[in-house]
Amino acid sequence: MYELSCDVAVIGGGPAGLAAAISARENGAENVLIIERDNALGGILQQCIHPGFGLTRFHEELTGPEYFGRFVARAKELGVRSMLSSMVLEVNPEAKQILATSSEYGLTRVQAGSIVLSMGCREKTRASIMVPGTRPAGLYTAGAAQRLVNRQNIMVGKRIVILGSGDIGMIMARRMTLEGAKVVMVVELMDYLAGLTRNRVQCLDDFGIPLKLSHTITRIEGDRRVTGVYVAPVDENKKPIAEKEEFVACDTVLFSVGLMPENELTRKGGIEINRITNGPCVDQHMQTSAPAVFACGNVVHVNDLVDNVSRESEKAGRAAALYALGKLPKANRTVTCMTGNNVRYLCPQCIHVTDEAETAEIYFRVLAPQEHVRLRACCGGKVVYEHAEFRVNPGEMNHVTVKTADLTGEELTVEVIKED
Amino acid sequence: MHMRKTDVVVIGAGAVGCAVARELSKYKVSVIVAEKNEDIGGDASKSNSAIIHTGYDASPDTLESQLVVAANPMYDKIASDLDVPFRRIGAILPAITQEQYEKLPAIREKAFRNRVYDVEYRSREQLLEMEPNLNPDVLGGLYIPRESIIDPFILVQAYAENACENGVEFLLSEKVTGIRTENGAVTTVVTENEEIACKWIINCAGLYCDDIAAMVGKDEYKVVPRKGQFFILDKNTSCKVQHIVLPIPTKVTKGKLMCPTIHGNMLVGPTAEDQPSKTDKSTTQEGLQSIVRDVRNLVPNVNVRDTITQYSGLRPNRVPEGLHFDVYDDLKGYINLSGVRSTGLTLSAAMGKYVVQQMLALGAGFEPKQDYIARRRGIIRFHEQTPEIQEQLIRSDPRYGNVICRCETITEAEILQAIHRPLGARSMDAVKRRVRAGMGRCQAGFCGPKVIEILARELGCSPEEITKNEPGSNMVTGRTR
Repeated sequence: MYELSCDVAVIGGGPAGLAAAISARENGAENVLIIERDNALGGILQQCIHPGFGLTRFHEELTGPEYFGRFVARAKELGVRSMLSSMVLEVNPEAKQILATSSEYGLTRVQAGSIVLSMGCREKTRASIMVPGTRPAGLYTAGAAQRLVNRQNIMVGKRIVILGSGDIGMIMARRMTLEGAKVVMVVELMDYLAGLTRNRVQCLDDFGIPLKLSHTITRIEGDRRVTGVYVAPVDENKKPIAEKEEFVACDTVLFSVGLMPENELTRKGGIEINRITNGPCVDQHMQTSAPAVFACGNVVHVNDLVDNVSRESEKAGRAAALYALGKLPKANRTVTCMTGNNVRYLCPQCIHVTDEAETAEIYFRVLAPQEHVRLRACCGGKVVYEHAEFRVNPGEMNHVTVKTADLTGEELTVEVIKED
Repeated sequence: MHMRKTDVVVIGAGAVGCAVARELSKYKVSVIVAEKNEDIGGDASKSNSAIIHTGYDASPDTLESQLVVAANPMYDKIASDLDVPFRRIGAILPAITQEQYEKLPAIREKAFRNRVYDVEYRSREQLLEMEPNLNPDVLGGLYIPRESIIDPFILVQAYAENACENGVEFLLSEKVTGIRTENGAVTTVVTENEEIACKWIINCAGLYCDDIAAMVGKDEYKVVPRKGQFFILDKNTSCKVQHIVLPIPTKVTKGKLMCPTIHGNMLVGPTAEDQPSKTDKSTTQEGLQSIVRDVRNLVPNVNVRDTITQYSGLRPNRVPEGLHFDVYDDLKGYINLSGVRSTGLTLSAAMGKYVVQQMLALGAGFEPKQDYIARRRGIIRFHEQTPEIQEQLIRSDPRYGNVICRCETITEAEILQAIHRPLGARSMDAVKRRVRAGMGRCQAGFCGPKVIEILARELGCSPEEITKNEPGSNMVTGRTR
C-alpha cells in the first residue's frame, strides 16, 4: 500500500478545502495535502460559471472558476500538495489516518497530524421529498443538470419546470433560458423564497419566469420521458388543494429542494453529528467531537455564500495547523450555544473558552422570514451582542459575534426578536 | 424479415423466462429467448420485494405451493453457483392484537400442510430481543427461518448470463407480434424483425402472457395487474430491522412488510391495488401514505423521511386466479405459464426444472449436455473486498481505483464490465441494475452525468442517444449553443 504522511490532510478540494489548506500553511503547517475525488480542484464552483461570487471577500463580482482560481494560485504558491482523482474510503480519527483509493496510486494510507473534513454537500432528490408519479427520463437535480450543461455542454431538456426556489434552481432557470430552453415556471412549496433575493431578481424576474409560491408538484407524468407535471397550490398546512391542480406540459423537471451535508465519512468515523444541520458538531475553531478532526464549509452546514465558506474554512485550517503543531490552546470550559426565538440552528454548537481572548462568530439561519428585528445573544444573564436587521430570511445566513471573555454563563442563547 | 430456426423459443426474459432458458441450456437443444424490452430482467422481476419465500402461507396443494416450497432450498446452491447475493435472514410474523394472536395456530398449521415444518412460535420477549424496533405491544408470533433476501436483478442476470454462456441466444428489443401454427402444432414465432421457426414455444411473458396466449387462441384467462408500491430507505436510517417483518394477513391482503435489502437498505411495502393498465407503474400519494400507516403498526419508529426512492411494480395476477402451467392437446409444442405473481421470483428456480421435466414427459427427447458450464462469476464488487484484494484489483485494472458512484462506491471498472459482458448494459437503468451505480442516496445526482459519458464512450454513440431504459427515454436532448 502506498503510504504518505502530512501535517494537515484536507478531504475535499472545493472552496472549503482550498481555504482551509491555505490557512493551515499560513499558520505554520509545513506539509499540507488536499485529497480530491475530482480530477481538478475547485469543487462545485467548477460548474458555477455565473458571476456573483466574492462580493464580500474580494469586493468584486467573480465567476465560480475565477473565485476558486485565486485560491488555487495561492495554494500553489504555498506549496500545498494535492492528490486528485482520489476518493477517501475511510477516516480514522483516533489514529489520524485516511484510507483513499485512486487509479494512479492504488490504495493509499495517509498519516496526518490533523484532518480537515471539507466534502461539501449533495442535493436532495425527487425521491427524498416523495413526489409521486412515474419514473421517466428527464428528472434531474438542478446541480446535476448544471454539471451537464456547464461542464459537459449537454442540454438536459427543452421545456422545463423547476421545483424549489433554491439558488441553484434559480440560476439554472436563467442558464437554461439563455441556452434556448423554455422555463415554464419555478414552483415553491413555502410562501417565501428559499434562495437569495438577488437571484430571484437576476434569474427569474429579469427573464419573466413565473415564480409560484405556495405551490407544489403533486405528480409526475410520462412513461419514457417526462410529458408533464401536475401543479397545485397548497393550503396553510402545505397540503395540495386537489381541486386547483393543473397540468403543466414539460419534458424536464429540475429539483432544487435543498442540500444535505455529505457526512458518510464523518459518520463512519464515529464523529458526533448535529440533528438539525446534519453536519458534525463543531466549536468556534471548527473542531469536531474528535479532537484531531476539523470540519468546514457545506459539510458542516449548508452556506448561502461561498465567501462565508472561505471565512469559516480559514478558521478550520488555522486550528488544524495549530493542533498538528501541538499549539491549539486548551479549553478551560465549554459554553453551549442554544437556539432562541426564530433560530433554526447555530454553528458552532459550542464555544471552548481558553486563556486566549478571542472573538467567535456564530452563524445561523432563521426559521421564518421576519422584518424589523434585533439579533441578540445572551450569556449568563447578560446581553453579549445585539444588532438591528431590517429583514431576515431562511435563505440567507445571519451571524452574531461575541467575545469569549464575555461568556460567563454555561449557555449562550441566540435569538431573533421583534424590534419594539 | 430475418429468418431463424431453433428448437425452443422462450418468450420473455424475466426471472421465469431466464430460469427456463438456463435449465434448457443444460440439454442439447437450441434455444432463443425473445424479449420486448431493451434489457433482460423483465417487468415484475425487477420491481418486487426481493424476498425468496418458503411458501409457508401458500394455498396448500396447488402448483404454486409445490413450486415455491421446492424452490426455496435451491437458492443456496444457485447463490454459490451463479454468484448471486443472497442471505437467509428469516422472517418474523408478530401478532400485535389478540385477534391476530389467535390466528397464529392456523398459520402454523397451514405452513405444515405446505410441508414447511420449521415455523416456530416466539414469545413477546424473544421477538423484542430479535427485533428491538418492533411494536412493544407485540403479544408473540411466529419465526420462519428460511425466508430469505436476494438481489433480484442479479438473479435474473445470472440465469441469463449462464444460459447465454451455454449457448442460448437472446433477442432483445424484439417484441413478439404473432405465432404461426399448422396442423395443431406451433411452427413459428414472429417478432418485429424476425421469423423464428421452432418446435416449442414457452410463454413466460408475465404481465403480457394473456396477449401472447391470445395469438394462439388460448386466452381463457385475463391478466389483472396488481400494483405494489414500495419505499427504499437509506442505509443510515435511524430505525432498522434485521429480519423480514411480516404482518398477520387478513382476508383481504397479505399486507405490508419491512425488511432489509441484501445491500443494507430498508424496504417497506407493498400496496396491493388491482388496475387495468399494464404500464401504469406510477406511485401515488395515497398508496405511499397507506404503507407508512400500516407498517407503523409493526415498527412504530420506521422513518420514511429517510427514503431514497419509491417505486411500484405490477404483479401479473390473473383471473381466474392462481399459477397455471398449461399444455394443449390441440396445440402441440405450446406451453403457457400464467398467474406468475408475487411468488414468481422465488419459484423461478423450480419452474425452470418443472417446465423441462414436463417437456421431457411430453416426449421432447432432449439429451443432457456433457460440457454444460454450471458456474457463473459476477462482477467483483470493489467496496466489498478487503484492502488487500482492493489493491490487487487496482493493480490489475487501474480503473478499479476510479470511484464513479460515491454513494455506493462503484468504480469505473465495474461499470465497464456491466457494459461489456455478454448481454451487457445499454442504458442507465441497465447499468444501475448490474452494479448499483445511481442506486444510493443521491440517486445518480453525482454519477449520472458521468455514467452518461461512459456509456456514450463505450457504445460509440453520442450522449443524446443514451437512454434511461427503453427507446424514447433519452437522458438529454442536445448540445448547448
